[in-house]
Amino acid sequence: MKPLDTLREQVRRDRVFDFMVPKTGLELDVSHGTILYLEGLTVSFDGFKAIDDLNLYVGAGELRCIIGPNGAGKTTMMDIVTGKTRPDQGSAWFGQRIDLLRLNESEIAEAGIGRKFQKPTVFEQHSVFENLEMAMAGDKRVWPTLYARLNGEQRDRIDQVLDLIGLADARRERAGALSHGQKQWLEIGMLLMQNPKLLLVDEPVAGMTHQEMDRTAELLNSLAGQHTVVVVEHDMDFVRSIANTVTVLHQGRVLAEGSMEQVQNDPRVVEVYLGE
Amino acid sequence: MGLFSAMRGDRGGQLLLAVLALVTVLVLVLNLLVPAGHPLHFPTYTVTLLGKYLTYALLALSVDLVWGYLGILSLGHGAFFALGGYVMGMYLMRQIGDRGVYGHPILPDFMVFLDWERLPWFWSGFDQAWFALIMVALVPGVLAFVFGWLAFRSRVTGVYLSIITQALTYALMLAFFRNEMGFGGNNGLTDFKDIFGFNLQSDGTRVGLFVASAVALALAYLSCRYIVASRLGRVVVAIRDAEDRTRFLGYRVERVKLWVFTYSAILAGVAGALYVPQVGIINPTEFSPLNSIEIVVWVAVGGRGTLYGAVAGAVLVNYAKSYLTGALPEVWLFALGGLFVGATMFLPRGLVGLLGRSEARP
Repeated sequence: MKPLDTLREQVRRDRVFDFMVPKTGLELDVSHGTILYLEGLTVSFDGFKAIDDLNLYVGAGELRCIIGPNGAGKTTMMDIVTGKTRPDQGSAWFGQRIDLLRLNESEIAEAGIGRKFQKPTVFEQHSVFENLEMAMAGDKRVWPTLYARLNGEQRDRIDQVLDLIGLADARRERAGALSHGQKQWLEIGMLLMQNPKLLLVDEPVAGMTHQEMDRTAELLNSLAGQHTVVVVEHDMDFVRSIANTVTVLHQGRVLAEGSMEQVQNDPRVVEVYLGE
Repeated sequence: MGLFSAMRGDRGGQLLLAVLALVTVLVLVLNLLVPAGHPLHFPTYTVTLLGKYLTYALLALSVDLVWGYLGILSLGHGAFFALGGYVMGMYLMRQIGDRGVYGHPILPDFMVFLDWERLPWFWSGFDQAWFALIMVALVPGVLAFVFGWLAFRSRVTGVYLSIITQALTYALMLAFFRNEMGFGGNNGLTDFKDIFGFNLQSDGTRVGLFVASAVALALAYLSCRYIVASRLGRVVVAIRDAEDRTRFLGYRVERVKLWVFTYSAILAGVAGALYVPQVGIINPTEFSPLNSIEIVVWVAVGGRGTLYGAVAGAVLVNYAKSYLTGALPEVWLFALGGLFVGATMFLPRGLVGLLGRSEARP
């Protein structure tokens, strides 16, 4: 009787197979005000726990800084959110509906998470304009990309971003010829072209001059509100100049969270990080 | 409109297509209109030789698309070329009919020789030209698609990918050497008589094949140019330069690689199918890894990432090969090796780099 029951179950007329259900859930839902939920995350590399039961929530429209000593798990956390690393345990949700652990890198990018790497990586052989064009949100499948043409609205959008990142005069230049700071801005610009809801920015001011740093702080501040921005940074002056809320990571866990002042006066934080 | 703007910025390509058109017309006039014996007459033998170079140029073009733009150093493109050639060879074998040495109405000579009673199933349909022409594109295309799907999905890149492409062509060579594969073993397929009902030995057919090669090369050039000048072409170069970054922008890197690789294999297959009726034979040595490496040398010498550089490299190196293997047969392999070393050391951007415009940019 058993196989017959199974068969009967399979052919039931009122049933809908899982693969027939249209894929939903790529619609971002932040009605509870939180855009990123990381709960109970654990990742270990060869026994070393890079992330250890991490719980982190980021509100929509927030500009959040994440600090912590080397090896605190900052970059690993970003790797999990963007799909580059899979956690051993825990859950990562983008809004209330999108389960990040079930998507691959390009699907996550499509869902609205953009990432800037620690080392500036722009396409050096392409012009600044072409870099932004490729990053632009849109249909990124093979055939539509082959026939893609820029329309006026898209050109305006690129011009707008070029102004915002201060590279309007360099639009025809090869990206490889830009200065270090300009490459960082171009990469932020590429993130903006993707029109992400959540921007992950890894050490944006490493190797920048003070003027460039101020310009970057201004840029990031202007982005918060429309976008949610998560910045990982070492430079305390820079963090002080942009952050509302700071999260301190230590040994893969959240050590403290709050305003810069609160965090700075937390004795545990002083001990592991600021007090050195 | 798209194609027009794709060609507008491409001086080298314009020059190439102009030269190709001029040479084709000139050859037609000098061979067909000038009587034989006249000093300006262009012998049919040379027309066929030129046609062979053009099929090599098409092959080099396909390698440049994946190597120069996508950054995949394929050391196995000779396999797709040879498969296209074998498909055409099977059609030509079936065209022989009962005119073979053994006079069997259906079976090719080598099958009679091996005492086979029936045509193997995979030989059926090849008596139809339309079927063979579809297979010319389909067989290399499907192989490249399956191979690429497995390789790119597992994120095999760089030198490892080069090695497995090499292994692919080597494995095929060993397989095709075996008599029981049903492709003529080490003798391959030869002794062709007709193509589409025209006698392969006649001057008219040979000139026709030359023109077909020229047209195929021109069309393939235009299509490749269209691809590299599109946004997809910029993404292809982006994958070459920073694969991870491209992935985080939301492009499906594996699929882009897969389609470009498959298209390139189809072009190589078409080149092989045009090559076989002009040289009159296809055998398993076409699969030999050395052949595939030679293609890479053509592209490196001409200048990769330019398309027209690959075409120029293929024609020049093969002209030198024809000359040297005739005049100084012992020297050719040394010359080939020296060419590769010299091009790598002194001409990293190939011969077209000397002209000062070799950047792989649309």
